[in-house]
Amino acid sequence: MNKELRRKKRYQAEKRFQLYGIIAISLALFFVGLLVFKVFSDGTSAFSRTMIKLDVTFDANKLGITNVNDKDEVDNADYYTLIYEEFIKSYPFSNREEEKQIIKLLSPDYEFEAKNYFLKNKDQLNKTVTLLLTASDDFDQLHKGNFPRDIPEDRRRLSNYQLKIYDQFLKDGKVEKIFNNYLFSKGDSRDPELAGFGGAILGSLFTILICLLISFPIALAAAVYLEEFAPKNKLTDLIEININNLAAVPSIVFGLLGLGILLNVFELPRSTPLVGGIALSLMTLPRIIIPARASLKAVPPSIREGALAMGASKVQTVFHHVVPLAMPGTLSGTIIGLAQALGETAPLLLIGMVAFVVELPGSPMDPSASLPVQVYLWSESAERGFVEKTSATIMMLLGFLIVMNSLAVYARQKFEKKWN
Amino acid sequence: MELENKRESKVISKNIDVFYGDKQALFGIDLEIYKNEVTALIGPSGCGKSTFLRCINRMNDVIDICKITGEIEIDNFNIYKPDVDVVRLREKVGMVFQKPNPFPKSIYDNIAYGPSIHGIAKDKNEMDHIVETSLQKAALWNEVKDRLHEPGTGLSGGQQQRLCIARAISINPEIILMDEPCSALDPIATAKIEELIDSLKRSFTIVIVTHSMSQAARVSQRTGFFHLGKLIEMGETEKIFKNPNNTMTQDYITGRFG
Repeated sequence: MNKELRRKKRYQAEKRFQLYGIIAISLALFFVGLLVFKVFSDGTSAFSRTMIKLDVTFDANKLGITNVNDKDEVDNADYYTLIYEEFIKSYPFSNREEEKQIIKLLSPDYEFEAKNYFLKNKDQLNKTVTLLLTASDDFDQLHKGNFPRDIPEDRRRLSNYQLKIYDQFLKDGKVEKIFNNYLFSKGDSRDPELAGFGGAILGSLFTILICLLISFPIALAAAVYLEEFAPKNKLTDLIEININNLAAVPSIVFGLLGLGILLNVFELPRSTPLVGGIALSLMTLPRIIIPARASLKAVPPSIREGALAMGASKVQTVFHHVVPLAMPGTLSGTIIGLAQALGETAPLLLIGMVAFVVELPGSPMDPSASLPVQVYLWSESAERGFVEKTSATIMMLLGFLIVMNSLAVYARQKFEKKWN
Repeated sequence: MELENKRESKVISKNIDVFYGDKQALFGIDLEIYKNEVTALIGPSGCGKSTFLRCINRMNDVIDICKITGEIEIDNFNIYKPDVDVVRLREKVGMVFQKPNPFPKSIYDNIAYGPSIHGIAKDKNEMDHIVETSLQKAALWNEVKDRLHEPGTGLSGGQQQRLCIARAISINPEIILMDEPCSALDPIATAKIEELIDSLKRSFTIVIVTHSMSQAARVSQRTGFFHLGKLIEMGETEKIFKNPNNTMTQDYITGRFG
């Protein structure tokens, strides 16, 4: 009887434990789901952009162009007045204030959009074409359904008059949503509808590249030396402990180091991926050394003995046999280390990669933003357009991380499969 | 004892002591190994026979805490002199391990590795020739000639061990050390390796450590019996197995301990 009871209890304990496990996993999945849902529901709208159609005649007189082939003349033509005058005609207004409200529905970049169009289509001189001009952020949000129309007018960013214009435009079929290529091709901007994370992506790529170029060779050399050649004594023990400690140092400390040494002593250019990459590589070094040493340790001693017995020297044994076999593990460790560096924000803030950069960086020596810092910057902005862009940037960052981590898994499986 | 006169010493061990840290593993080993013969080293586990084998090509050097005193002469040259180049030594003294350990490379590259690091082959043709003859000598050529570029680790256990033997002979050593080469193999593969060892002794001097007394009896001309780090008895295999001088040898051979 007693036995029976105990067995029952054992089964119950087993069931209970499984239940705990299922609850834990469900909770974890719930939070992941919540994060993904929040990011996607906020961010997807950033991938489209609202445009307003406008029929424009590229009147040579108005533009002041006498010869289309004169580059100077075409470049300096008055596109601003042309579009301005044409656009305010699209809705009746009675005073200066209303006129201003009309033009404010367009993004301030309309002048350049018209110019870019004309530079590509010079044969359209004196002809009427339908231009698609980027709408202002508020108009964009209104069209995307993110704008609260029902609150009192004095607390709204769009006036009743402007809402009326929107309704009219919509009725006339003048409003169109297109894919937001600006998001990928532009740098930061004060106007949400003109801001993109193109600069941040380039900055992040340059930073990671610098980080890889510095940390991978140093980490590999350190790991190989410590694991294969270094004598086992107090000094190497101390070094080992300190490498493990270094992996646990808060990343902001590396930012301070970058600020104090790289910027102030070596006077490297501020806000650049070069400095960011160096600071991050200090952080990444131990994170590559540790998995690299583990994979070197995992290479069976029989392979080393086989090579040594063939008369290979120690260096030949290590570089012909041990290091290639440890490569899959080392590479996946490297990629995961770089993925961590990619998401690192704090050190970059300290070395000034938090600057407002409009231009896309052309090299690691140009000032630049990076993806996580862009998230930080935009998340502080009040405009609704930046809220969706923050989420879109997070999506981009997560996308990069997923790609890199899958690459790590792939690298490990691909190269290990080959010989087993 | 007419035969004895024709024999030529290849390896002479003089008073070899081996220490692992504070623990002494071998006590004053004196023995002689003759050229173009198979010498078997037998004894219970942990008796030091493998340790002694690894002294002959200085594989124990790899172990930090291992200390060796005494002399081993190969062709009257002491390999424990301070200025000896172990790379040269291991070119002359090949080794086959207990567990087949082909490199995770193709069959061809497994064989070609030794000749390429020692610069033995001048060109691709010569290398092809070395690979072919090594595999033939190891009686593996017919089984693998159509898949030389497949991984060596894909072969069966017995084939892998013959691949390791082929790898060892590819650089044309004078001595081949075998550390329980058949302990991980089935009886058929074992029979093939034993046959191979017998044919190889014409060109090489072979020292084999084995757990199997019947194997020692089958393949070797001389046998040494180790116990607790000491060489108890060494002599003609036939004599050791039929009429040993030492009672301990007698007990081991008849299975009373070990």
